[in-house]
Amino acid sequence: MSSDSPLDDAPPRRPRRPRWAVLGERALEALIRVSGVSAIVFVAAIFFFVLREAAPILVSDAFSLTQFLFSPEWYPTSASNVRYGTFALTVGTLSVTALAMLLAVPFGLGAAIYLSEFCAPRVRETLKVTIELLSAIPSVVWGFIGLTVMSRLIVATTGAPVGVNVLNGGIILALMSVPVIVSIGEDALKAVPDSFREAGIALGATRWQLVYRVLVPAARNGLLAAVLLGVGRAVGETMAVLMATGHAVHIPGSLLDSVRTLTANIAAELGEAPVGSDHYRVLFLTGTLLFLITFAVNLAADLVVRGIRRK
Amino acid sequence: MTRVPRPRAWMSRFGLVASLVASGALTACGGDRGRQDSKPTKSVIQNKGSDTMVNVAQVWAEEYTKAAPDVEVEVSGGGSGVGIAALIKGAVDIANASRDLKPSEAELAAKNTGKQPVGFTVGYDALAVFVHRDNPLREITLEQLSEIYAEDGKTTRWSELGVKIPGVSDDTIVRVSRQSSSGTYEFFREQALGNKDFRLGSRDLNGSKEVVELVGSTPTAIGYSGMGYATPAVQMLMVAKAKGQASVSPAVAAVHDKSYPLARSLHVYTLGEPQGAVRAYIDWILSDAGQKVVEESGYVPVPPSERPKP
Repeated sequence: MSSDSPLDDAPPRRPRRPRWAVLGERALEALIRVSGVSAIVFVAAIFFFVLREAAPILVSDAFSLTQFLFSPEWYPTSASNVRYGTFALTVGTLSVTALAMLLAVPFGLGAAIYLSEFCAPRVRETLKVTIELLSAIPSVVWGFIGLTVMSRLIVATTGAPVGVNVLNGGIILALMSVPVIVSIGEDALKAVPDSFREAGIALGATRWQLVYRVLVPAARNGLLAAVLLGVGRAVGETMAVLMATGHAVHIPGSLLDSVRTLTANIAAELGEAPVGSDHYRVLFLTGTLLFLITFAVNLAADLVVRGIRRK
Repeated sequence: MTRVPRPRAWMSRFGLVASLVASGALTACGGDRGRQDSKPTKSVIQNKGSDTMVNVAQVWAEEYTKAAPDVEVEVSGGGSGVGIAALIKGAVDIANASRDLKPSEAELAAKNTGKQPVGFTVGYDALAVFVHRDNPLREITLEQLSEIYAEDGKTTRWSELGVKIPGVSDDTIVRVSRQSSSGTYEFFREQALGNKDFRLGSRDLNGSKEVVELVGSTPTAIGYSGMGYATPAVQMLMVAKAKGQASVSPAVAAVHDKSYPLARSLHVYTLGEPQGAVRAYIDWILSDAGQKVVEESGYVPVPPSERPKP
């Protein structure tokens, strides 16, 4: 990546620099480089270790990958007929995440644009502090809010028999993702050079035209990153959805049905599954599946951005 | 000012997201298996088994160390089956089990170690069936429970049980259950469903208290938990073994005379007649002090008349 760093090329202006300083600088540079690639190393290592725990089940006779991916029947501890189908769980994760994003992306990006472009400085400071506070609320507290406050509200307003369902989980996850989207989205908009704004205003653009035609396209990558981190938060969230979605293995037919997500299922069952058992390995395979879902979402988003850039 | 190129932007972004996901999913499930380091200065009793009993066993161990400071009891859970498997291998001194030892397990233990396992009943647990306090239903049979909960069951509406819940238009039964690793789940499956699988779509909650809370806030719900968890928002149903038989409400007396169908005994098992420190510990568990712990943990103590005389 950066084999031709400026240090190597620069003529030695100060030949009498002490040797330790030169070496120290080299060491520091190496250290920074290691930190830079560590993200890749960590991702690869996590993937490797999760897959290593899961791998033996893939070659086992009792296990069918088709059943794992496409059967909605999840009976890991059945006394008569053990079945490991995660389809209902995958649908659960996707439905809750999709609803959360449907709610969180417009609100999050809207708030980011307001904070960055339209807001008076004093209001902005207050809002930013409040939003940061929102992101500091622990997920178990969100889950508790979902289980008590939100579930009662949903029962009262929709007449659903149970308040813990897709709608509840989606709203809670949206509330959890909005702060992430707002902070990163606002940073991305702030990073657009002021010369862009000045040029837009000089051309007679209104504020709305400026946002819509200049700033959002210019900050596209950063905004996408903001949305993706929001998705990541939503897909990976465990405790809050465990409490707010009802934890029922069920393919939802409406927003008021209870579901179970992949993450919540791992959290609820892994602690008690005997190490090395089929159940344990299938749970790790579920982790791998979760990993592949996020990977696919990220890759797709990245390809989309590249596609836009090329045009 | 020049812009810094970010050729690996998606990589780092992905890394962040992926580690968020992975940490979210995997930190929530750390193992809690007990380690066994022996300390030669004290006599150590290894105790393993039932998750239902792990809390009460831990309190026993703590209280007993106060009574007998030279004895240390190391408690770990894992499930009744795990405890019994360890006993068969001779790896533990005492196995806790919330079910009876199977004949095959006793045989295996005798073959492996040359000793017959000996069991002691150290308490009882009664599973109550809860409904919302507005539900006019007062009693239920095991068959009806099976029709509601089991995979091949047909009952999905309260009207099929002849029940009209006031102020509710959709009377679909909201089934509340426990996560599959729970001993309560297994006991209910065994006793009420005859070991058939649960029908999918029940709300599988993570604790007895959560079950009662959800049932208390949902007029159309039904759920099961230990009877100690009852609140004013719910009512416990009387349970009958079969249609036409007398239904019994869960109470200490009904648990003792075994007339309540969803009661179970809590056992500890040893290899051969217990000796020395293990004997003293089990005697203490069956004493008033040990039984008080059982009662305080929400279970039913063994009545004095049924305790073995020291």
